[in-house]
Amino acid sequence: MSVQSESVEIALDFDWLIGMMAMIGVAWERDGPWVDGTPHGGTIPACNQTGTRSAAMTATAEGSRAAAPRRIERKPLLRSGQAQGLALVSPTLAYALILLAVPILVVVAHSFWTQDYLTIDRSFTLENYRIALTEPIYRDLLMRSLWISLVVSITTVVLAYPIAYFISFHGGRHKSLWLFLITIPFWTSYLLRVMSWKVILGYNGVLNSGLLALGVIDEPSTALLYNSSAVVITLTHAWAAFAILPIFVSLEKVDRTLLEAATDLGDGPIRRFVRVTLPLSIPGVVSAILIVMIPTVGDYVTPRLVGGKDGVMIATAIQAQFGKAANWPLGAALSVTTMAIVTAMAAATVFLIRGAARMAR
Amino acid sequence: MPDKTMIEISHVTRSYGPFRALDDATLSIREGEFFSLLGPSGCGKTTLLRMIAGFDTPTSGTIAIDGQPMDGIPANRRPTNMVFQSYAIFPHLNVEQNVGYGLKRLRLDAAEERRRVDEALQQVSLTGLGKRGATELSGGPRQRVALARALVMRPKVLLLDEPLSALDKKLREQMQVELRRLQQAVGITFVLVTHDQYEALGMSDRIAVMFGGRIAQVASPKEVYQKPVNRQVADFLGGMNFVKAEVLAENDASITVQAPGFGKVTTEKPPLYSRNGAGATLGIRPERLRVLWDDATAPHQISGTVVDRHYFGEITHLIVQAPGFEKPLSVSETNNYGADDIPVGAPIRVAYDPDALVALAD
Amino acid sequence: MKALRSIMPSWLTGYAYLYLAFIYVPVLLLPVFSLNTSPAPKLPLEGVTLKWYADLGKTPAMLDAAWNSLVVGLSASILSTVLGICAARALTRYRFPLRRPINGLIMAPLVLPEIIVAVSLLIVLLQMGLSLSLFTVVLGHVLVCVPYSVAVLTSGFEGFDRSLEEASADLGETAFGTFRRVTLPMVAPAIISSLLVSFTISLDEFIMAFFLTGTEVTLPVYIWGQLRFAAKLPGVLALGTILLVGSFVLLTFAEILRRRAERRVRAAGAAHA
Repeated sequence: MSVQSESVEIALDFDWLIGMMAMIGVAWERDGPWVDGTPHGGTIPACNQTGTRSAAMTATAEGSRAAAPRRIERKPLLRSGQAQGLALVSPTLAYALILLAVPILVVVAHSFWTQDYLTIDRSFTLENYRIALTEPIYRDLLMRSLWISLVVSITTVVLAYPIAYFISFHGGRHKSLWLFLITIPFWTSYLLRVMSWKVILGYNGVLNSGLLALGVIDEPSTALLYNSSAVVITLTHAWAAFAILPIFVSLEKVDRTLLEAATDLGDGPIRRFVRVTLPLSIPGVVSAILIVMIPTVGDYVTPRLVGGKDGVMIATAIQAQFGKAANWPLGAALSVTTMAIVTAMAAATVFLIRGAARMAR
Repeated sequence: MPDKTMIEISHVTRSYGPFRALDDATLSIREGEFFSLLGPSGCGKTTLLRMIAGFDTPTSGTIAIDGQPMDGIPANRRPTNMVFQSYAIFPHLNVEQNVGYGLKRLRLDAAEERRRVDEALQQVSLTGLGKRGATELSGGPRQRVALARALVMRPKVLLLDEPLSALDKKLREQMQVELRRLQQAVGITFVLVTHDQYEALGMSDRIAVMFGGRIAQVASPKEVYQKPVNRQVADFLGGMNFVKAEVLAENDASITVQAPGFGKVTTEKPPLYSRNGAGATLGIRPERLRVLWDDATAPHQISGTVVDRHYFGEITHLIVQAPGFEKPLSVSETNNYGADDIPVGAPIRVAYDPDALVALAD
Repeated sequence: MKALRSIMPSWLTGYAYLYLAFIYVPVLLLPVFSLNTSPAPKLPLEGVTLKWYADLGKTPAMLDAAWNSLVVGLSASILSTVLGICAARALTRYRFPLRRPINGLIMAPLVLPEIIVAVSLLIVLLQMGLSLSLFTVVLGHVLVCVPYSVAVLTSGFEGFDRSLEEASADLGETAFGTFRRVTLPMVAPAIISSLLVSFTISLDEFIMAFFLTGTEVTLPVYIWGQLRFAAKLPGVLALGTILLVGSFVLLTFAEILRRRAERRVRAAGAAHA
């Protein structure tokens, strides 16, 4: 155990990235352990966790032990910290409001309107939603997108968990190196990574030509590329780092003495994992699922490059409505529907995982 | 001169919503005094210190330094300097640059600045380490840099926020002596915040003992130790035996109580005692109970049995059950005469001086 | 028990290396095939050549796209770092109402499907009467880069011992002087790191650029256009390799700087802890 407690002290590469994962986690995980910050702006308590140095130094002895109300409202230097903070965050907030929140509201509004050539008819209608939900072409695309994002997020998380576990518990002195190695591919262009899968899986691609050269197959297989499996493989690869990091963060936060306590109370390694480690890492798993599931549902590049006819997803339809088909309201309704359903699906998944974790205890 | 007031704190309250970190504190600190704010965590001592420094603002009440009211004066324009608990040594500057940080604002000529930095470094015994990177230093030297950086500004008041808490015991004791010596040498008013009673007792001219945002007692170290105003203060400053007592008579200066075991005792009236309190408590420090060896007798003595014993090296604590006492008494005796050899179960007699008994307000 | 415990890590270690291979092989294929003499990415490799790289220099459209990417990347990284400094400073230093929802909104582009963010922005920009250009691409890229900037800068600002600024004020320095003499020198590496990270993100970003650009294209959009032609693949692979190496160098540099900033910021309190 001493090796592990030492390794927690090791500075981690890209730990801001881990912090970012935790930040997203804060946004999603209402009742998770990340909710309450430290007095000096603990937006990323996970960072404090991995880099315990900061936690140790930010908290003045008095501040950390004093009653709760005083930490919240301690305002040194300037009289109104709240106004100062709001003023400081306002340019960034304004940018996000004007170029993100407002546009999304405008899309929602459009989804209730109709378009006649170039003019928008602003009378309220649910027609776009009727089309989005009942027209077989859109319904199928939507179902497939949701299915793919569900499969991708679960596969990614299931594959990522052992890696996160390995790095956290058996990474030892090489913990930072492992994290570094895991995060590097994440930095290469997404477009290029998808393209390399096309190169690998194609009819004349690496896999086929390699297997042919080795004599394993006689003629190239067409089953590899241009279907939803190719999409799933590519997306699983693309989102790996996003799944590993939040799980790693939550595993890193598991107090190692809890495991010793469980062993002391008679649990073997497997029971200890199921009863202590796994339940305590659920917040990370939940973040990972959300971080992967929601963006993948609207992925455009992967289905276009490796999906073929069977792998087309909803993003292609949305793009068509804003592009060639020029039916903004329908495109808007498709976007809103996708977001609404994927959010519901994510919520249901989280609910199921939490329920399962509770049962396991 | 010695009685000139340097800091005048009057009716200062600091509330955070419904929570009062500091509640109606009134206090005056004299010029050239080594003054300590002593209390457990969350008692408001740091809040008070930060308000003196200008990092926090009183919700009501006023603070004046050297006769000047400090309302609305920001920290950078107050005649105070602070030694932070974390030392707050600028990591991107070396020792010299840290010490000279505040002087830069004063636009002194280079030679004068140099001279003052050197003088400050010499005061804290860091001569020759000026070019060292601040982060290369360990805890003790860092603390000295923080001290030099504040002293070089020649403040009217030096504020110290738990400056010794991060040091190990040996170094802490050494720094206590040095701080005291330094304070006497420079003659500046020092205000120290601490939760360590030995630190406060050992260094201060006067101590304010604080609990729950209120100042319980302001007095010399000897007085707060020997004549604590209430049980809380008595307890915080070290062990004490407490016995419930019945008030028989009182006048302006003294009070007569009847206490089981001690009988009828007349003693100085506790400052906070009021008649509506149901009774009083009689207290005596364990070291004021002496073991009577062999046939020795004393005018005031208690007989009992040793029920437990704790060995502390130079002293032993004997726990003595005596008839008439509700709870066993704690007796602290040096081991010079073999107190550590008294077996549990042995009969024992202890003597006390009635002057050592203190009546405490309930 | 003991046997099981020693098997577990070795099983896991094997899995970890397999996983690394899964992550790396596709990425490393680009440089490998960009050096292959055969235009088709087939095994076995035929021979080593640099001609695909040489050809790139003779493609004016590619050079234009590279120039556009540079302009967009510089603008987006500067803007998003400025916005990131505001947000990160506010989030690490102050408590204010709605702090968490505000944080959530700023970080949201990271977890929303990019295409939805892109089309929403497209609608609004068009309705505001802006014509699509590199400027609109910059607007979109800033939106995508800000969360990364905030994360990098927060990590640089986090653990910044507030008493350092208090000490400066205590020693007579004004608020501006404190910022100049204490805050800025300590966070400068984090700021540079944020610039590099956002530049890299912008350089590699495709969806926003695809939807928001007019006639001028950035490198990823150019690559997208080339992908339709099988004959152009080697050139794309070469270009991709250059981008890959460029991103890697910039990010490693960024990370070194950020860690230096973090060490500096945290060193202040480390020794006494």
